[in-house]
Amino acid sequence: MAAGFARWGNDLYTGRRSYDVVGHRRRFYWVSAALVVLSVVILLVRGFNLGIEFRGGSEFTITNPSSLSQTEAAEAVADVAPAEAPRISTVGTSSLRVQTVELTEEEVVDVREALAEAYGVAPADVTSNFIGPTWGEDVSQKAIIGIVVFLLLVSVVMTLYFRAWRMALAAILALFHDLVITAGIYALIGWEVTPATVIGFLTILGYSIYDTVVVFDKVRENTDGVLSQSRSTYAERANLAINQTLVRSINTSVVALLPVAAILFIGTFVLGAGNLRDISLALFVGMTVGTYSSIFLATPLEVSLRTREHDVAEHTERVLTSREPSSTVPETTADPVPAGASSRQYTGQLQPGGHLGNKAQPRRRKGGR
Amino acid sequence: MGLCAHEKRHPLATTNRKKSRPTRQLVGLGVVVVALFGSILAGNVWSTATWAPKLALDLEGGTQIILRPVTDNGEEVTTEDVNQAIAIIRQRVDSSGVAEAEITSQGGSNIVVALPGTPSEETLQLVRESAQMQFRPVLYFGGPAGTDLGEDPAADPTGEATEEEVPSAEAPAGEPPAEEPTVEPTAVPETAPTDEELDFDPFAPQQGSAENPSDFAQVTTELLEEFAALDCTDEANLSGGGSQPSDSAVIACADDGSVKYILGPVEISGTEIASADSGLRVNSQGVTLNEWAVNIEFDSAGTKKFTEVTTRLSQLPTYEQWIATPQPVQAPGMFAMVLDNLVISAPTSSVIIPDGKAEITGTFTRESATTLANQLNFGALPLTFEVQSESQVSATLGSEQLQKGLIAGVIGLVLVFVYSLVQYRALGFVTVASLSIAGILAYGFIALLSWLQGYRLSLPGVAGLIVAIGITADSFIVYFERIRDELRDGKSLATAVDTAWVRARRTILASDAVSLLAAVVLYFLAVGGVRGFAFTLGLTTVIDVLVVFLFTHPLMKLLARTRFFSSGHPASGLDPKTLGVESIRYAGRGRTSVPRAAGTAKGAAPSKVLVGAGGPGTDGRTMTIAERRAAQAREDAERDTAGTGASPDPSHETTAGTDGVAPSAGTDERKDGNH
Repeated sequence: MAAGFARWGNDLYTGRRSYDVVGHRRRFYWVSAALVVLSVVILLVRGFNLGIEFRGGSEFTITNPSSLSQTEAAEAVADVAPAEAPRISTVGTSSLRVQTVELTEEEVVDVREALAEAYGVAPADVTSNFIGPTWGEDVSQKAIIGIVVFLLLVSVVMTLYFRAWRMALAAILALFHDLVITAGIYALIGWEVTPATVIGFLTILGYSIYDTVVVFDKVRENTDGVLSQSRSTYAERANLAINQTLVRSINTSVVALLPVAAILFIGTFVLGAGNLRDISLALFVGMTVGTYSSIFLATPLEVSLRTREHDVAEHTERVLTSREPSSTVPETTADPVPAGASSRQYTGQLQPGGHLGNKAQPRRRKGGR
Repeated sequence: MGLCAHEKRHPLATTNRKKSRPTRQLVGLGVVVVALFGSILAGNVWSTATWAPKLALDLEGGTQIILRPVTDNGEEVTTEDVNQAIAIIRQRVDSSGVAEAEITSQGGSNIVVALPGTPSEETLQLVRESAQMQFRPVLYFGGPAGTDLGEDPAADPTGEATEEEVPSAEAPAGEPPAEEPTVEPTAVPETAPTDEELDFDPFAPQQGSAENPSDFAQVTTELLEEFAALDCTDEANLSGGGSQPSDSAVIACADDGSVKYILGPVEISGTEIASADSGLRVNSQGVTLNEWAVNIEFDSAGTKKFTEVTTRLSQLPTYEQWIATPQPVQAPGMFAMVLDNLVISAPTSSVIIPDGKAEITGTFTRESATTLANQLNFGALPLTFEVQSESQVSATLGSEQLQKGLIAGVIGLVLVFVYSLVQYRALGFVTVASLSIAGILAYGFIALLSWLQGYRLSLPGVAGLIVAIGITADSFIVYFERIRDELRDGKSLATAVDTAWVRARRTILASDAVSLLAAVVLYFLAVGGVRGFAFTLGLTTVIDVLVVFLFTHPLMKLLARTRFFSSGHPASGLDPKTLGVESIRYAGRGRTSVPRAAGTAKGAAPSKVLVGAGGPGTDGRTMTIAERRAAQAREDAERDTAGTGASPDPSHETTAGTDGVAPSAGTDERKDGNH
């Protein structure tokens, strides 16, 4: 399997096999747009299932109760606060969590005692938490400030590093795409949104940009000096970069997702509701979407932005027109071109023994080299 | 980022590169690891360091209270106010005997109080309570120690304890009081009135209602007994907090426990302070003196009351006069600034201050003046603490979360190991080793920081560590894929490692910079568990760079010298055949490259094969030299494989792309224009 994968990677690298992502970018834009719209609709219609940190209220945790049955808890709460419908869930392997609206201090003491009695534990084993209604808001507000500052800084850093603000813009558009879709899927699954979820979302920020930077670095490398030759267009070079980093993207996302999947699995099936589960779900979805977007959205977006540039547009046209007459030159590729790679398309690697004509030579050499 | 030009040239320069010493970097890493664990060991032996990192409340169990200071009038709460509030809460909690409480500010506005175990309701109350500032007249004061009334005064140790802190009482002589009202600080008495003086009991008949807040009649016998019993040298009495009646006389300690006071009822509340600041004194001629002073300004209501107070106090004996009186029958002309029921300063007021602007002078240093000004400003805010969240985590639940989280981490790690071994074969072991080193370093740094900085590992922190596995492993993947790319171009492993490193290094640094940026921004701007997460994420990013530079790359260089890897053993993960270097390809500059696996001996000298100026090629076009050469090589290769295993004729060997002489064929077309 690995050998086949390596050979596939080799074909992608040499351009023998090529997936025309950039060429079909409109298709991917539609997919992304549809997913984003769907996510927004889910968010608007279904909304987040806000956790107690955002609603405010009191929370009781019973450690090592005599049974994990939830009816006793409901009764115990009903005795003290009859109008209250508590949310009861199992936490970990041997704990119960009871969430209510905000109770007065006396009620808290009463509920604690009632719960301790109902489950046959010492009152010390029933811990009570209180969360003010503004706590979660405060966390999210700070998180939003963090996001804005991070986006500003990362735009500056990427613009400086790549010497192209379009790359920064494309990366950030892709990032928003990731965040919205992740939020949509999270809302769809319907787990509680806790500060841990917010942490998960914040990590996606870093990861999505990180992943995009790796792909863009290859795009930059491939498109360096693209205007001083006439064999390939900017879009084709960028597409080659996607193909060449495809194996790395897949390997990275598998490696990054494996530990997250492990937490998600343990969190969901062993620990139950809690921080680990929330954080890992947000991460799992976000990393998957992030990998997708750096391949299928960020780079095509960057190409779309770039080809609007006068120089690049002119160059693209020149390459394409010069290609028309030279299409009579027979293909020297020894292997049959696999499906998916159009024969007129530049796929990157020189095939041995072929001459592509003087037009393929660089027009002008940059000085100092 | 500004290195691009240099880096682009680098691959070419590698042909005559300096002899690199990968072992040096490995030794450097060894030094880092030894220094890390050595310092923890040293801390373990001579200090309080532990091998296991300290755990945060969500893993260890305990109570966490998050408070947000809010003002009644919507005024902005500054960082100084928050720090002041933290100082007050810390004073209360520390004095209440709760060990290892942690009080920190988060995101600049919230106060997080973490108490281990299950604290008592009283302790929680101490934390939640808001602190008030009050101005009360001083009725009586004395040395801090609590004594029985009959105790030998000679045993009172306070005499020498306070002696060195003599306040310089410098009233600006001849200064018009209206212009430069000066309040003299007398926070510490020169010599505390001894208990002997207290044995006289001249007050008993004077009990009754007070004429004014400074009325000495308020000092009742009970109060004096209480006063005598109060021991301000006992930490527990310095916790502050609690509520004291505002309309009657009370006893209080100085905040540093050096003096104890009997104070009259509240005259001015802290909220009537308009502002306070500290600075160097300026005398009436406008000359700046080399003395620190605190300036305080009252609002209109406060000004009115302050005029009243200073008018009354100016009639009363000054600090020196009062001290000199063996049996005081009236209160000294001093007022006390009481914050959280502790006296922070008690200056004498000898002049009437009608404009509400007072200057407190004395033995201030820059720090102590700033502290007092901050305290006064804090008192000026009608600040209350809003409990944002109060959570108790039982120790069992916390340890279960930690245990399961670690199990998840181990499972994830094992899966990553398996995947990289499947993908990269023997090269996967480099990933395994690098991740292990990264893990060891991460553990060491967390243990070290938990000792030096009081860092505590929280559940989000553990999540950050697990997520970091992926990001760290990605660096190796980027590097390995680059090496494979270079191999696909027909380079030898040694060259490929060098060239790939230059390219991969840039990518790794750029992407890690983004990751680090995210971590730093989140750490400084976010609250709650986000911080713990951002911390581990940032830490592991730095460790990632460290490991890649000091371990993975040097190790790759060493491995590239071994036969197993450089010969491209099928299990090495660097098998040229698997990587598709199977066909003869044009390697640029008129040379072709054939895979070494096809029979070319390692290190064969590049030799050019003469090819005849052949006729037209297959398509009728005249073949170029390169095309002819490639065709020739192809023929040769075909003959070799067809021929019954005969060793290839050395004269027909073509460049095998060894030793970095063969440039990359595909990644940079500009090189191809040379023939």
